[in-house]
Amino acid sequence: MASIKEQFEIPGTLKTWSYALIGIGAAALLYGMFTKGFGSDEHEQVHFWGTLMYNSIFWTLVTNAAMFFLCFSTMAMAAWMQSFRRIAEAISTLVPIFSGITLLVLLYVVLSHNHHIYHWLDAEAVAKDPILKGKAGFLNPTFFIIWTTLTITLWSYFGYRMRQISLEADIAPMDADTAHKYNVRSMVRSGFFLVWFGLTVASTIPWLWLMSIDAHWYSTMYSWYTFASSFVAGMALIALWLIYMKNKGYMELSTSDHLHDVGKFMFAFSIFWTYLWFSQYMLIWYANIPEETIYFKNRVQGSYKPIFFLNLFINFLCPLLILMKRSAKRNFTLVAFMAVLILFGHWIDFYQMVMGSLMKEHVTLGWLDFGILAFFVGVMILMVARSLASKPLIAKYHPFLKESILHQV
Amino acid sequence: MAQKKFVVGCFDNENVLFPAVKQVRTAGYKIKDVYTPFAVHGLDHALGMRETSLHTAGFIYGITGTTTAVSAISWIFTKDWPLNIGGKPHFALPAWVPIIFELTVLFAAVGMVLTFCYLCQLAPGVKKHHFHKRATDDLFVMVIECTDKTNTEDLKALLSANGAIETDVQVAEEGWWFGTYDKEDNLYNEKQLA
Repeated sequence: MASIKEQFEIPGTLKTWSYALIGIGAAALLYGMFTKGFGSDEHEQVHFWGTLMYNSIFWTLVTNAAMFFLCFSTMAMAAWMQSFRRIAEAISTLVPIFSGITLLVLLYVVLSHNHHIYHWLDAEAVAKDPILKGKAGFLNPTFFIIWTTLTITLWSYFGYRMRQISLEADIAPMDADTAHKYNVRSMVRSGFFLVWFGLTVASTIPWLWLMSIDAHWYSTMYSWYTFASSFVAGMALIALWLIYMKNKGYMELSTSDHLHDVGKFMFAFSIFWTYLWFSQYMLIWYANIPEETIYFKNRVQGSYKPIFFLNLFINFLCPLLILMKRSAKRNFTLVAFMAVLILFGHWIDFYQMVMGSLMKEHVTLGWLDFGILAFFVGVMILMVARSLASKPLIAKYHPFLKESILHQV
Repeated sequence: MAQKKFVVGCFDNENVLFPAVKQVRTAGYKIKDVYTPFAVHGLDHALGMRETSLHTAGFIYGITGTTTAVSAISWIFTKDWPLNIGGKPHFALPAWVPIIFELTVLFAAVGMVLTFCYLCQLAPGVKKHHFHKRATDDLFVMVIECTDKTNTEDLKALLSANGAIETDVQVAEEGWWFGTYDKEDNLYNEKQLA
């Protein structure tokens, strides 16, 4: 393995681009914050905080999906991803940063009692409302803050523990006994993360953070839908970084066979996302109960109609038709294009999930959305690159690495 | 059916098989197939086989299923026998999606199974020549097509030199034909067990 480049050196252009994006994003963010967020117009306030909310939640869940990918692969004793596991690890180092931002935004929204975003924050309205009263045990500021803080702390902590055990594979070759113990310990650590992930991302967190914007409405599909959306975007992000690193001449051990499997995840979970999208939509459409259809009223028939169908086009039809062929999943250019498209598509999905409820009358997609997006993308690029540069690119004594090198699809 | 001459080489180890396949191919012989007791990873690449077009066929069957479902349901519910179901429009696409999906899967699955059987020349009552009985048990059996110019002794020597534990020359039908197995052709007959 003498010829393998283990140390990533951050290219100057990457730094320039990420600083530029952060600069543009920060300018838009601060300008928006002072003209809208702290302005006197309540409508503008909702616009700003809603936009910041969906962006930070989206990027938190997407980066967390990278850790989820690592953990379930470890749990399944999957070997094929070992050759690029450091990319997923590097992406997951952003969880504490992005979830910290999310926590600040949510704390501000809850503590400033912005009941235009979370209707259940309005104590007077809740007292008069039997539905909200029934949900008050779950939807109240105290529980919201405690659960959110706990969730974010444990995501970060369990993720940190997973990254620490991965570093042990850099030190020295393992004999069979050590390797076995190492695998068992990795699996125990990933188990902690997975259980907590199930209790949060796959259930409570989307209810609390996103679904409670429509406090009267509920859907049992919602959390899975959010999970599928963020997971497929997370796989797209991993694919994008893998392709970038290959282009720069790193990650020699990862081949088009590895990309093929990442592409399969992107393809399969795009279909899975559509399945959940449709299950949620069709049941509500068929039952035709006003309490439930209200969620889709302004999305299907109102101003959000173009975004609603664009969402379906980008996130279902494009992956279905473009990624279906084997050769497409092995083509670096095509997978890179699809990864960008899927990331954008699910960002739009999160946009309509949040702003479709907050700004019912008109689509607000504009400089603020793209500015804040630029900020998050810039931070993501910079921090992932730094994290990649901070440790070897290959966990070279990992017991499964050889199997990963031989991986063939 | 055309009879053809084949040289058969048996290997008992896949680590020996791969270099042997390479040697035989570089020597310019045409390998008809290698019969293995289990799926050997990478053997199709080593044999230089082209990628199967089974999945393209599957896509076409799937599209056929989708088209059949969409046209049948839309004709039935809008033209032939429109029903008022819960006040829904006659052209109620969301309600049809599950059936469209199921029919797509059904067409693709059944079509691909039949195509697969056709490509592998499998059908009820079809007879195929067995080059070596132990191909289903523990031997990797390489079958090489002979031409008029093939020197079978040379080829057998080449196979033996590359680790074949058993070689012979067989004249056999190259494809498949209808009929039953001969009595003495049964697997695990008394003669073989003894």
